[in-house]
Amino acid sequence: MAAQRFIGRPVKRIEDLPLLTGRGVFIADLPFANLRHAAILRAPYAHARILGINASRARGAPGVVGVITGNDVARLTRPFAVGVRAPVKYYCMATGKVRFVGEPVAVVVADDRYLAEDALELIEVEYEPLPAVIDPERAAAPDAPVLHEEAGTNVACRRKMTYGDPQRCFEDADVVVKAQFKFPKYSSTPIETYGVAASYEPGSGVLTIWANFMGPFILHSLLARSLNLAENRLRLIVPPDIGGSYGIKTSIFPYMALLGLAAMETGVTVRWIEDRREHLLAASSGTDRVAYRELAARKDGTLLAMRARWLDNVGGYIRSPEPGCAFRPIGNWVGPYRVQSLDIDAGVVMTNKCPTGPNRGYGCGHLYFEIERMVDMLADKLGMDPAEVRRRNLIQPSQFPYRTPTGGLYDSGDYPAAFERALKTADYAGLRREQVQARAQGRLFGVGLALAVDPSVSNMGYISVALDPEIRGRPGYLPKSGATEAITIRIDPLGKISVILGSTPQGQGHRTILAQVVADEFGVELDDVTVTDEMDTFTRLWSVSSGSYSSRFATVGASAAAVAARKLKAKLVKHASYLTEIPEQALEFADGQVRPRAGGQPALSLKELAGRVHWNAAALPEGIEPGLEATAVFGFPEAKSPDALDRVNSSNTYGFIAEVMAVEVDPETAAVKILRYVSVHDAGTIINPLIADGQILGGALHGLGGALYEELVYDEDGQQLCASFMDYLVPTAAEAPQLQIEHLASPSPFTPLGAKGLGEASSMTAPAVVANAVSDALRPLGIEITELPITPSRLWHLIEKARMRKP
Amino acid sequence: MKPPAFEYHDPVELEPALELLRRYQGEAKILAGGQSLLALLNFRLTRPVALIDVNRIRRLSYIKEQDGRLCLGAVTRQRAVEFSPLVREKLPLLAEATRLVGHLPTRTRGTIGGSLAHADPAAEYPAVFSALDGELVARGPNGERVLGAREFFQGLMTTALAPDEVLVEVRLPLMTAQCGWAFEEFSRRQGDFAIVGVAAQVCVVGERCKTARLAAAGVGPTPLRLERAEQTLEQDGLSERSIAEAAARAAEQTEPPSDLHATAQYRRHLTRVLTQRAISRALARARGERR
Repeated sequence: MAAQRFIGRPVKRIEDLPLLTGRGVFIADLPFANLRHAAILRAPYAHARILGINASRARGAPGVVGVITGNDVARLTRPFAVGVRAPVKYYCMATGKVRFVGEPVAVVVADDRYLAEDALELIEVEYEPLPAVIDPERAAAPDAPVLHEEAGTNVACRRKMTYGDPQRCFEDADVVVKAQFKFPKYSSTPIETYGVAASYEPGSGVLTIWANFMGPFILHSLLARSLNLAENRLRLIVPPDIGGSYGIKTSIFPYMALLGLAAMETGVTVRWIEDRREHLLAASSGTDRVAYRELAARKDGTLLAMRARWLDNVGGYIRSPEPGCAFRPIGNWVGPYRVQSLDIDAGVVMTNKCPTGPNRGYGCGHLYFEIERMVDMLADKLGMDPAEVRRRNLIQPSQFPYRTPTGGLYDSGDYPAAFERALKTADYAGLRREQVQARAQGRLFGVGLALAVDPSVSNMGYISVALDPEIRGRPGYLPKSGATEAITIRIDPLGKISVILGSTPQGQGHRTILAQVVADEFGVELDDVTVTDEMDTFTRLWSVSSGSYSSRFATVGASAAAVAARKLKAKLVKHASYLTEIPEQALEFADGQVRPRAGGQPALSLKELAGRVHWNAAALPEGIEPGLEATAVFGFPEAKSPDALDRVNSSNTYGFIAEVMAVEVDPETAAVKILRYVSVHDAGTIINPLIADGQILGGALHGLGGALYEELVYDEDGQQLCASFMDYLVPTAAEAPQLQIEHLASPSPFTPLGAKGLGEASSMTAPAVVANAVSDALRPLGIEITELPITPSRLWHLIEKARMRKP
Repeated sequence: MKPPAFEYHDPVELEPALELLRRYQGEAKILAGGQSLLALLNFRLTRPVALIDVNRIRRLSYIKEQDGRLCLGAVTRQRAVEFSPLVREKLPLLAEATRLVGHLPTRTRGTIGGSLAHADPAAEYPAVFSALDGELVARGPNGERVLGAREFFQGLMTTALAPDEVLVEVRLPLMTAQCGWAFEEFSRRQGDFAIVGVAAQVCVVGERCKTARLAAAGVGPTPLRLERAEQTLEQDGLSERSIAEAAARAAEQTEPPSDLHATAQYRRHLTRVLTQRAISRALARARGERR
């Protein structure tokens, strides 16, 4: 292991100076010659048949270059592949029918955006409105209006899975807790919306798409097929800066196809920058979910089994990588508890809402809201302290690596130590004493706990559990697995280092992280390392899992960088051995030079060695290739495809989160005030604590958004009611509570640096910890929070109802 | 979210602005701070033929004391109102309400006249003007007319301003001695439009309530003067019980809407809670308990 001068230190981000001085280069900043601008006409109905589109007036409007409609899309493109068996045809624009308000219906390409929007108003669309359905349970009913006639049902996918012996556990249980939960549809609303530019060169047949996309990921292949292009004729370029994503920009790919088609059809270079209304109406969000859960336990608090039936609402179309919402956490479905038996009935349903996709925490916010609420309900039923119930069921440090019944392989951790640290930091005992006093005064004071296993680096194979094992077992079925990342390091003739990423950072600080890792590997200064991102599928190494999602960079990206650096160091040691005639084993690479392990001379600096390799290639000995660059593709051997019993290690590293929150509810206004919030994380080796804490703070605030403020609300007819920031309430700095963050480090045995992901982190625990704290505050009234967000109006009605019950 | 084409004028004097208004015959809109109008334009929810930008008319921006009243030019920035020593000293209710108007950046552009002319029923200024019987001075082709708050706010975002009139000055009576004030507001986030807001100014003579001036925002199409609550205080005094009674009367007087953020019942309930809090805080200030 190289000496660590930078890893683990709060190094200031290299990215910040240009960003803070307005010198970032985002998609809207990219210069193009003869650029034209697109605007998109969107469906005013949630569900309607398109009887006709007349765009002739728009085509003749001032400045208009061309108009693309669903007819062009149906004629020239193919629907995107979906990960389920239901024959759902999802094109990049509505063809024949619209299935959610805001769905693209036509694209105008014009000299500027103003003229393009003027021309949109001249397009006449004749609709036949159809009954809409927005509730997932209603949509799953046999008499519901069907969105996709060819599928015959709105249920896109349903899997029943059993692990262990849940039936026996429920029969043997002393106590069973049952509850229904509703998790809201909320999103991320990054400060930079979607943006796509496209240009087609008929000579080479290459379509180039610039987009603030997080892939290529699996979606590059889907895009190429949809546009009838060979994959090596579709060039994706990601701009140097992306203004946030949090998962949401995964779902930009239909617009990449749409703009690609517009560029091919009109022959011009065209750009579309999504506006905020478009973003809130029609970009993407997490799923809303209805879940029914049961928890079986002994009377001493030992958890025996979980039973869950849920419906995830993916909106008008099931869009890749959905139904990931239902299955991404499969390996950690039991959370941090030693439960061996599960009964799962996972349903995914389509309704007339905007389609969904990954949103920070992808599926885990739902999971831990449900599990952690259930554990609190159990504690209440048993008259036990909720901390004690958790203590009794945690996976113990001696059990790692721990195989969960669903196939997850928890790599490392000390859950009890992290949990106790959280309790101690928050002074849990003191908070409980404070609660006794507060209740005596009639105040509504509550303490909540939430624990979570924090999965990172998705094994893309998990998604195939959406298919029955019988289908996956058929000959000819291509199994899916993996989580790889490629990094290239180059040393120039003067001995400075360039690192070339295959990732697409959206603000996470990848350049800083890799500068730290590579500087430490070589024993040089941060300044000696230059890191370049800007994914370009024509020049960078990439594969179907390349991209920045599922908190993977500190783990898989940093690992690839360390491995590539070690390859280069080995080569330099070999060359030094030849030059000095000292055996390789007696040499080491340290402090920017190759020197005898025993110390002393000769010591050859990186600069000198690099000069010799570059400037005198003919003098290299046999067995050493010219040039000084190395590429490493890092993958995880444990990222296998699901087995016949639906077990899959859905992520590659698993951190741990323990949170404590104290709240007070104003009995008159029902406003929730957060008094204390402690968050303890174990994400293995922390490469940069500044960046890590920034991620945790942001994740926590995002989760608080879903718990207290944010929801994409639809009325019965499927009209979306929050198409601006006046109505879609994102918590701001003024709403941010003080968050006290602590770290433990149980290094991952599966990565060279021991790091695990933490980019999603508290986004998955905040909804649970708020709901538990508020329920605890309202325990004297007998109120259990089972639905989010906890708005003051909603909470006041709950309190009123409870007061009427118990005067 | 790009507006359709419009013509744009930015006169530096009032008279040309009036002339332009007349010329466009109701098809022009006045652009003040633009914090509401520009969003409406971008959403294409309003389509004026022309915008008449009054930001350059410098003589419409002032804060002065005149004849026992505070007079503010309609184009005075909210941020200027917030920091005016005169406002803080002579009409602290207005200063307190201003701190609740939007956010710091929006207050640096937004104007007091713009907010009043826009007449959002959940906004703070209309409630203050309603409570204190503020006056709004409109200038049209036939000269000036002075409108009371009661006649000015006519309906949801609708005022008594004629299409050829510009709001030029707004006036509020100065607070007298032995008075206290409070603006209580409940919103889901800091800086949002209020779900419910209550403006209160209470003046006492010994233990007696000399005058109570109360109005609510967010509970109907216009700001709502809470007359019944005022009468209760003025007739029954300032006991805890009387304040509670006044708050209940205030709630009874509302016919609030239900929307995404709050049900009608919750709004009515909040009116009671906030009225009670506003009166109590105003009373404490009137009695010099805290300021």
